[in-house]
Amino acid sequence: MVAVTSYTAPGLRGTGRLARARRLHVAFALVLVAVSLVSLGTGATGLSLGTILHALTGAEALGEVDRVVLFDIRLPRLLTGAAVGAALASSGAVLQGLFRNPLADPGIIGVSSGAGLGAITVIVLGGSVAFVPSGAYAVPVAAFLGAWAVTFGLYCISTRGGRTSVATMLLAGIAVAALSGALAGVFIYMADDQQLRDLTFWNLGSLAGSSWTKLAASGPPILLAIVMACTLGPALNALALGEATAAHVGFEVERVKSLAILSVALGTGAAVAVSGGIGFIGIVVPHLLRLATGPDHRALLFNSALCGAVLLIVADTLARIVAAPAELPIGILTAIFGAPVFLWILLRRRGLEGI
Amino acid sequence: MLEASDIRVAFGRREVLHGVDLRAAPGTVTCIVGPNGSGKTTLLRALTGDVTFTGSVTINARDTSRLRAWELAALRAVLPQAATLSFPFTVEEVVRIGLRAGTEGDHAEIAAAALGRVGLAGYGDRDYQVLSGGEQQRVQLARVLAQVWHPVSRNGARWMFLDEPVSSLDLGHQLDVMRIARDFAEAGGGVVAVMHDLNLSAMFGHQMLCLSEGRIIAAGSPEAVMTDATLSRAYGCRVRVNAVPGDQAAFILPHAVQPI
Repeated sequence: MVAVTSYTAPGLRGTGRLARARRLHVAFALVLVAVSLVSLGTGATGLSLGTILHALTGAEALGEVDRVVLFDIRLPRLLTGAAVGAALASSGAVLQGLFRNPLADPGIIGVSSGAGLGAITVIVLGGSVAFVPSGAYAVPVAAFLGAWAVTFGLYCISTRGGRTSVATMLLAGIAVAALSGALAGVFIYMADDQQLRDLTFWNLGSLAGSSWTKLAASGPPILLAIVMACTLGPALNALALGEATAAHVGFEVERVKSLAILSVALGTGAAVAVSGGIGFIGIVVPHLLRLATGPDHRALLFNSALCGAVLLIVADTLARIVAAPAELPIGILTAIFGAPVFLWILLRRRGLEGI
Repeated sequence: MLEASDIRVAFGRREVLHGVDLRAAPGTVTCIVGPNGSGKTTLLRALTGDVTFTGSVTINARDTSRLRAWELAALRAVLPQAATLSFPFTVEEVVRIGLRAGTEGDHAEIAAAALGRVGLAGYGDRDYQVLSGGEQQRVQLARVLAQVWHPVSRNGARWMFLDEPVSSLDLGHQLDVMRIARDFAEAGGGVVAVMHDLNLSAMFGHQMLCLSEGRIIAAGSPEAVMTDATLSRAYGCRVRVNAVPGDQAAFILPHAVQPI
């Protein structure tokens, strides 16, 4: 009993899977760099790879137009897209670990709606109504508060005695989304023409309005959210066995849950504030990664962030190409590809255990 | 030493445990028995800190309510009655969830050895979710074993709390699991198990505790607890207890159960 027998471990897939998943970090990072360079070069003004590399390294000065296109339009947009994709995907992975269900997603269970309501409130009322602030930083803060309230509320509603009811979670999410939508409708009714136009595009999800200022407001909370998410790996693994067992193996479960909710609210809030309603990244990315390398959160969370960034940059680049010279709101693209994947996950799970 | 004194648990206004005392020494297996709803699992959950209670629980003279989760995890492991797993982890990944950084030794070796101990050597790569109920229960036991792999730590004995560890197992595996608990105790650890099966409790327990309606009605050696009077009172039916002659393990058989 005390002595470990001289048992030689066979090809342990569990351990091997984690190592393979960690090697994917490097692969995704390289892909991220590659798609970033392609994205920077794509658009109405074509920029060659050499030009971009020289400009980025400061080796060669660009013409005035190219400089504005690269540094003031495409670079902030690229970084915003990467941050938003990473935030949505890692938020999805954290939510799924927290709710112990692969169907949890910031968009589906209403977290994005809550963030959206917060953002819309500030966009429409900001500066004109007492106590409602305005400005680049007010929108992400309001979106964070909305996302936090919804995530926390949903968790309280759907968890009883350590067990999370998925049906309650999804239905409560629908109710929350409907309520947020109705309240947002009130503000839209009050909005003027310019605000209406902003809101419509914002609702569809777009990176077109990216700027260094917005990135400065949304980037740090997203970075913080991803760092927090990545520390939660071992705890979310244990949580897969239920809250009681997670506590028995040594995790402060209440602290873990608070951190997870805070991370989701920060990430989703900031992402929604800067890009609007981009859906399905949070469910599709972690799900595909789990199929490829297993559910171990120690690698899944960071891989989700990297893969989410890649996916959103690709989607944004496509959105700029397919209807050129106009551009498609990116939320439409992610929904067209994401919704069928969501249905596919549902159908696969139906065979296993119902929802 | 595990000591619990005056444990009271209430769900809402209804008190379900009315002041239970319990002492268990390292090196022993303690079996908690009693009819459905007598408070067995609630008592275990008070001992593991999963339910709000009044009274005190100390493990190795340390008050469990003052210990952090990770400090408790280094002292004791808990096997729940039913464990669901929400993602397709492999068997080995599940076992290693019990192995935190604090466990001395090579974690891969401990996980493999724990699986071997429950008769699931070579199952490490399997998908946990497609195993049978009994196999899943044994994987959970392996996880618990791995967490307290060394029965004695620098802070004294380590403890296993088992909630109906044999409930979905066949006869052979029931004996295996009880043997594992007994071996753990004989190596210096302590075991407290909620049991449905009186015979297994009498065979493998050093001490038994019979609960009825939230109170202990008998405690002590299996011979002291397994009496016609105690069991008839606890289970509300007439029970006759026969000793099996010549068996060193004091194997006592209740049978001839008739309605009162």
